[in-house]
Amino acid sequence: MISHNSYVFRSLISLRPATARMKNPRVALAAGLGVAVVLQSCSGWIDPYSTQVILFAAINVILAVSLNLVMGETGQFSLCHAAFMAVGAYTSALLTGRVLPFLLPHSSWTGTSVASQFWFLPVLIVAGVVASLAGVIVGGPSLRLRGDYLAMVTLGFGEIIRVLLQNTDVVGGSRGMEGILPVTNLFWAVGCSALTLYTMISLVRSTYGRGFQAVRDDEIAAAAMGIDTTRFKVTAFVIGAFFAGVAGALYAHAVEFISPEGFNFLRSFEIIVMVILGGLGRPVGVAIAAVLITLLNEWLRDLSQYRMVVYALIIILFMIFRPTERLAPCLRSLRGLLPGAKKAPTAP
Amino acid sequence: MSSPAPSHASPLASLLEVNHCFLRFGGISALTDVSLRINAGELVGLIGPNGAGKTSLFNILTGVYRPTEGEILFQGRPTAGMPPHRINGLGMARTFQNIRLFGSLDVRMNVRTSFIARLRNGLLDTVRRGRSFRREEGEIHEEGTRLLSYFGLDHAASHSSRSLPYGDQRRLEIVRALATKPRLLLLDEPAAGMNPTEKEELKSLISRIRTEFGTAVLLVEHDMKVVMGICERLYVLDQGRVLASGTPAEIRGNPKVIAAYLGESHSIARHGKEVA
Repeated sequence: MISHNSYVFRSLISLRPATARMKNPRVALAAGLGVAVVLQSCSGWIDPYSTQVILFAAINVILAVSLNLVMGETGQFSLCHAAFMAVGAYTSALLTGRVLPFLLPHSSWTGTSVASQFWFLPVLIVAGVVASLAGVIVGGPSLRLRGDYLAMVTLGFGEIIRVLLQNTDVVGGSRGMEGILPVTNLFWAVGCSALTLYTMISLVRSTYGRGFQAVRDDEIAAAAMGIDTTRFKVTAFVIGAFFAGVAGALYAHAVEFISPEGFNFLRSFEIIVMVILGGLGRPVGVAIAAVLITLLNEWLRDLSQYRMVVYALIIILFMIFRPTERLAPCLRSLRGLLPGAKKAPTAP
Repeated sequence: MSSPAPSHASPLASLLEVNHCFLRFGGISALTDVSLRINAGELVGLIGPNGAGKTSLFNILTGVYRPTEGEILFQGRPTAGMPPHRINGLGMARTFQNIRLFGSLDVRMNVRTSFIARLRNGLLDTVRRGRSFRREEGEIHEEGTRLLSYFGLDHAASHSSRSLPYGDQRRLEIVRALATKPRLLLLDEPAAGMNPTEKEELKSLISRIRTEFGTAVLLVEHDMKVVMGICERLYVLDQGRVLASGTPAEIRGNPKVIAAYLGESHSIARHGKEVA
């Protein structure tokens, strides 16, 4: 009896449910995209401030969930996620600001026009691809390193990107780029975050995806089981960079202004905090943490100079109690209680 | 550089051939002029006192280390310097002396990792979750379940691998290695830390692996009862050299081996060259 209780207790708190069954997460993706469409069609009733908070939350979800693949699932400590975001942001801003206006009639080139909305999809993809190329450049050579060394290389890369952007006049140097078309809306942001979450969950919950976790748990054993560990690490890094690039593009077209300082080490660090709070390796928990931290940032705005003090305090409390890490398994076990849901098999 | 080992006039080359391998770390020699061969389907034991170089030998075979000198042929292909995952792909799998399971994955998923290298569906298929992906996942699930139930681990399939009893963890490591469909299985001290009952079970398990999977086994073990009981041939390593090789009965009567184990006379042990 006691052992049964303790099993239930443990599965609620930390143990990944033994039933990581291969349910098709497409239903969740469809739901997420549906929410994106509904939110967009209701955007008239949502005030601009709330809209912006939702946009930021969705962008942070993309960033955190994609970094989770690198840090949480594959166990590689990366400190340059914001740099990949910068690559995506600048690429997309150049595309929509400098390239596309030449190709298309100028009159149709406003944030809400059909043409700009239509062209935003390829822009997002190109931003992601360019960022993932940056991921190959950094990850290819450096992922042979481990732990601290990888952290140092990625930290260095983040700084290189920032300094490069600061000294490139085409992108405005340290003044940054302004007047970026506000193409990002609720549909794009929420839709992309649903797509990211779907990709990550379906990737991780597959035989292929267990390779990332095997590399994290024990590289030597993983290699001995035939897993190309370097390739898995680079793959995780490149996929992570792709989605960071997409997030960067969404961000640039949401705030309409980007500067190198917006993508510094602290930005990377903020994403890392989300991943750790969400429970490394738990995509849903990480997404919840990303939303909570976005909201926290907003709530604390009123505190002006005490903001960082309270922020740090709350982060420490979060770290101690890890509420988000517990939330995801709780949601899952709640789902098991719903009528009609197949009951998850429990341990003897 | 043909190996002088006797062949039974068989046209088949031996499964594994190690020819004059050396492994040095700076000035320290871990392995000196080691040569051995294993035929397909054979059960060979590797014994030797602590620090004799048994695990070092495993590590050069599986690609963890590259031999400083010498040649390793696995199914006729040179493998020295190949990365471990490619050597595994050629059909060599191993277990570890200090158990190396994937701690955050449950028992079933630990076995599943062994199928990754042979997946037909790539990254995009995995994300798309099409029919071919689902079929393959189903096949892997079935094969994993079959292996687990064959080795009596199916009751624990959804348990965390860390929560298994010690003997089961060792067995799971063997199942995980077998799931990569090896032609040669290297077992590094599988009986360590097992009680007498578990050791008996292990002995029958190793014999079964050989008969039912047709896998050759190279077994490193300290427990003489286990080694002598099931191996057809033995190699004795001492101070990085092959001290002796032969059937269990020959080894048991070999004075050099006795000397090496009892530490009676170093001079004999040190000058002991390869004895066929």
